[in-house]
Amino acid sequence: MIWWIVKRDLLLAMRRRSDVLTTLFFFIIVVSLFPLGVGPEPSILRTMASGVVWVAALLASMLSLGRMFSSDYADGTLEQMLLSPVSLAALVTGKAISHWLVTGVPLVLMAPVLGIQYDLAGDALLVLTLSLLLGTPVLSLIGAIGAALTLGLRGGGVLVSILVLPLYIPVLIFGTGAVEASSAGMEFGAHFSILGALLLVSIVFSPWATAASLRISMS
Amino acid sequence: MLTARNLECIRGEHKLFSNIFFSVNPGELMFVGGPNGSGKTSLLRLLCGLSSPDSGEILWNGMDIRDLDGDYRGMMTYLGHLGGIKDDLTALENLRISCALADCEIDENQAADALGQIGLAGREMLPAKVLSQGQRRRVALARLLVVQTRLWILDEPLTALDTAAVKLIKEILEHNLSKGGMVIMTTHQEIVMTAAAVHHLTLS
Repeated sequence: MIWWIVKRDLLLAMRRRSDVLTTLFFFIIVVSLFPLGVGPEPSILRTMASGVVWVAALLASMLSLGRMFSSDYADGTLEQMLLSPVSLAALVTGKAISHWLVTGVPLVLMAPVLGIQYDLAGDALLVLTLSLLLGTPVLSLIGAIGAALTLGLRGGGVLVSILVLPLYIPVLIFGTGAVEASSAGMEFGAHFSILGALLLVSIVFSPWATAASLRISMS
Repeated sequence: MLTARNLECIRGEHKLFSNIFFSVNPGELMFVGGPNGSGKTSLLRLLCGLSSPDSGEILWNGMDIRDLDGDYRGMMTYLGHLGGIKDDLTALENLRISCALADCEIDENQAADALGQIGLAGREMLPAKVLSQGQRRRVALARLLVVQTRLWILDEPLTALDTAAVKLIKEILEHNLSKGGMVIMTTHQEIVMTAAAVHHLTLS
């Protein structure tokens, strides 16, 4: 069942590429503007690289949250999901997976290329990419709760950011922390463990919380 | 058997309806009528469990539908105003996905058959956005040909359909009723159907 939802959402994303590309271009542009604005001093760029990439990823992921449920809501598919005998949490998991595949994975793939602009060393690039790989699914899963709660509200976009950004902060801190630790030649395994723990916790709780929020928003 | 006892629905300050009692047995049909804004859609949404009544209870074979949860949803099909049709997907994909959501997976041939029966032969591969309003409604209604549910709750299923399609839908509904299914629907059109019993519930 999860597979059906993922397949459908990927198909929709393929047919509406502009939505996907908006997120990716936003990410690329924000990350590319910083070196131009700050100036070409390699030591400054190296220190700020992970922060800039992570903040851009956070904002890019949030940019697309509004679309997560809104089109399903508008055309009545969401009603049918709520009425499905299959558990809503499973369907919501499918939505979060496809959100990650469509918005998270392209960011992860672009990150090493963008990191070169910041003169990051090879292993720091690798750590940055891996930290995004572990962290971006958390963004999609937590974002799903916010998107579900603000469904159908006017000004939902602002509300989503207020609800979701505080919850994104741990991911940001440990994601950038891993890269900084690796650049400083320190052990970064602990940061990855915490990111992994955040991922597991959000896999367990987010679908359930999102399903409950959807039922509230739809009744 | 679906039973409603003393249903009441309040929207904001406004009481839409109260003291609604009815029961629908296998093979029976119920029309929900009333002017625009009288709460027909709200009543149907209560019956399918999308929202909860402000007071009263809805029982399926004597058990509260909220307790039955997924078991009840597995026995019921709801088609609302919004058909759940995605503009960017083809008629075939729309049908297959809406059936999969109803936990009744079908392959491409079954979906094409159903679409052919409902009068969309040759249009299976068109994206829904190029279909007319009536054709989109047919895509949504094609699900009724495939699902195995007992209780159908249909909100204005005949809107935008031509006379041939109305006749077709009437046959599909009568077939379900003759198998012991139950249908609860709203419509503003005059339609005569044969069923074990036809109830009329008028909201004011």
